[in-house]
Amino acid sequence: MKLFNRHFLYTVTFVLLVAGVLVLILVKGPLAPVSVKVVQLQRGDLHPAVFGVGTVEALRSYRIGPTRAGRLLNLHVDHGDYVKKGQLLGEMDPVDLPERLKAAALNTDKIEHSVEAAEAAVDEARERYHQARKEAVRYRKLVEKKQVSQELAESRESEARAAEDKLREMQANLAGVKHDLERASEEYRALEAQFADLKLISPADGLVTAREVEPGSVIVAGTPVLRIVDPDSFWIHTRIDQVHSGQIQVGQNAKIELRSHPDEKLGGRVKRVELIADSLTEERWVDVGFNSVPEGLSLGMLANVTIHMATLNQVDWLPSAAIVYRQGRAGVWVIREGKTDFLPVSIGVRTLDGKVQITRGIATTDRIAIYPAKPLKEGVRVAEMPDD
Amino acid sequence: MISLAYRDIGNSFGRYLFTGLGIGLLIGVTLTMAGVFRGMVEDGRALLTAADADIWVVQQNTLGPFAEPSSLPDDFYRGLLTLEGVDQARNIAYLTLEIGTAENKVRVMLQGIDPSAPIPRLVAGRPLTRPHYELVVDKRSGFHLGDVIPIHRHRYKVVGVTEGMRSPSGDPMVFLPLKDAQEIQFLKDNDAVYRDRKRLQENPRLNPAANPGLIDDVETAFFSNHRVNAILVNVRSGYDSHRVAAEIKKWLRVTAYPKDEMEQILIGNLIAMASKQIGLFLVILTIVTAAIIALTVYSMTQTKLKEIAVLKLIGTPNHLISRMILLEALGLGLIGFLSGKLAVTYWAPLFPKHVVMQVDDTLRALVITLLICVLASIAGIRSALAVPPSSAIGG
Repeated sequence: MKLFNRHFLYTVTFVLLVAGVLVLILVKGPLAPVSVKVVQLQRGDLHPAVFGVGTVEALRSYRIGPTRAGRLLNLHVDHGDYVKKGQLLGEMDPVDLPERLKAAALNTDKIEHSVEAAEAAVDEARERYHQARKEAVRYRKLVEKKQVSQELAESRESEARAAEDKLREMQANLAGVKHDLERASEEYRALEAQFADLKLISPADGLVTAREVEPGSVIVAGTPVLRIVDPDSFWIHTRIDQVHSGQIQVGQNAKIELRSHPDEKLGGRVKRVELIADSLTEERWVDVGFNSVPEGLSLGMLANVTIHMATLNQVDWLPSAAIVYRQGRAGVWVIREGKTDFLPVSIGVRTLDGKVQITRGIATTDRIAIYPAKPLKEGVRVAEMPDD
Repeated sequence: MISLAYRDIGNSFGRYLFTGLGIGLLIGVTLTMAGVFRGMVEDGRALLTAADADIWVVQQNTLGPFAEPSSLPDDFYRGLLTLEGVDQARNIAYLTLEIGTAENKVRVMLQGIDPSAPIPRLVAGRPLTRPHYELVVDKRSGFHLGDVIPIHRHRYKVVGVTEGMRSPSGDPMVFLPLKDAQEIQFLKDNDAVYRDRKRLQENPRLNPAANPGLIDDVETAFFSNHRVNAILVNVRSGYDSHRVAAEIKKWLRVTAYPKDEMEQILIGNLIAMASKQIGLFLVILTIVTAAIIALTVYSMTQTKLKEIAVLKLIGTPNHLISRMILLEALGLGLIGFLSGKLAVTYWAPLFPKHVVMQVDDTLRALVITLLICVLASIAGIRSALAVPPSSAIGG
């Protein structure tokens, strides 16, 4: 009897061992069903959004510099100063310009005198002409009375014509001198304008962001001396993938995360969708303004921008991880009697938090496999895993 | 008819079982070695699965992007799309680097992908949705959903977890948006950027005094990266990927590998040396294991020669004795195999590299084990039958 017990024990041990191995093969081995999690179609509001990165820039920014080459004489403002429209910011060295201006003024004065002289000459010539004309008329009458010779009368007439010519000459001379005066005064004004142009004037109210050249430096025309921006016009010049840019419109709400304040989200609004896209990076520029411009911004600072589209109310959605692609077609693995079945679906909007709108293809009662432990195929046995 | 094997084992069951377990551990080691070998090949294939491409387009005359470096302009794919038979073409960038926090650095292979592309083998979280600053990591990297991982200049958030995504060298794979990968690949440290910028600004040809705006464009061109490592092409159904690859090679002057050739590169070239090493080791281990099993089975019979002589003396037929020896040998083989297989199943996940247990490998091992047991028992049976019954008394 004792022998039987021992053999019975061995038999049981052996059977258990074999059974254990079989169970192991079925549960963990190649024949085990693939463990999956299960989701079902859900209904709710979707908040689609587009994400992009950009830099802080200013819509209105000015580069203040001279229009001509020269030496910078002085600068009255510095980096960080607020300036008013029309404020004198600095001056270029005029070099010989004051002297040239003075010479031009003297020249104008001189020509004014010449005009006076020419006017006097005209008056004189006119006087002479009238005199000669009267003489000629008188001699003509005397000829008719045969008191003077015809020759003498003609000579007087000739003198009158000469006096008329002289008058015209003097008048022309006066006109010429007047033009000279005009030219000289224009030249004077031109020099004056040049002189005024040496002053660097602020074109708008703004903030000086850079003082790039110091007084004494010689610079070419167009070199920026100061950079001024309008702080109210700060915005985020954002790069948006062209794939998503079609939905973006001016006025859409946005959230801005500045790199300097990574945990703070600022409200904003799409101000401009630029008409020129970058064909190399396949991105498009979208400018997003702040609802209220924060303090301490610096130009060129990186920012993450999320632009919110119109909310979709009460639509069907699935987690995007449930969507699989077979031969380019989107679909889901539906569990039917414990086995997988590929069901193509139509996809609508995708959100940044990984929800996908399902417009057609599955019913709310369908149980959909997600996060499979092994790649799924058609007709694979699956086992549902509880959520962690 | 009585089962002699059953009785014999019953007499010394403990010793028999422990002999079997010992053999089992040896078989386990051999199976593990086979698993490591298969794992290396599998790792190479995991990458191909992850890419899900019919054709790999790489730099001309290179074995890129894994066996050799490869670089292509990132707008090149548009040219590919114009070819007949090409359905999809997408850029991809690979780079290996150590990421993580200071106390937990993990060497990973970063794979820069189009953020709208689906990610295979996802077991938690979601695929990428933003074009920047998101990661999908492999479980083996040790990162979790929601972790924020700094890589170079930016902080990336883990949004998804995959399983079984590894590089051919066994590093866990991490997916991130292509533009970030390009930036990481190219991005220098700030000091280097500062020095380069200074150098550009001091070059009068690039920064002429008469054209102060030029330097900005030069810097933009200098500090940007529009290169990728490979372009993955999917062919339209009904087209042969070898022919489309030949067209790409012919007209676009780049190198294109169909999937099977890429697999050959990954498995044949990249891990050839390592797999040969492991393969040879596996062969030696198999021979050693076989020899030990054979010797164990043979000596088990040898220690029982006296009892066999007694059996013969009391008139036990030869076939019963032979059966006993054969069954005992097979039983030993089975116990060994089962315990070995069990051991492998439990210790395989502890290995740092992927260990793959294939069903056909396991069956092959079973057949080999049983065959060795049979062969060894034949030798044992021969000596048992040769033993004279008289030695039971005389010995």
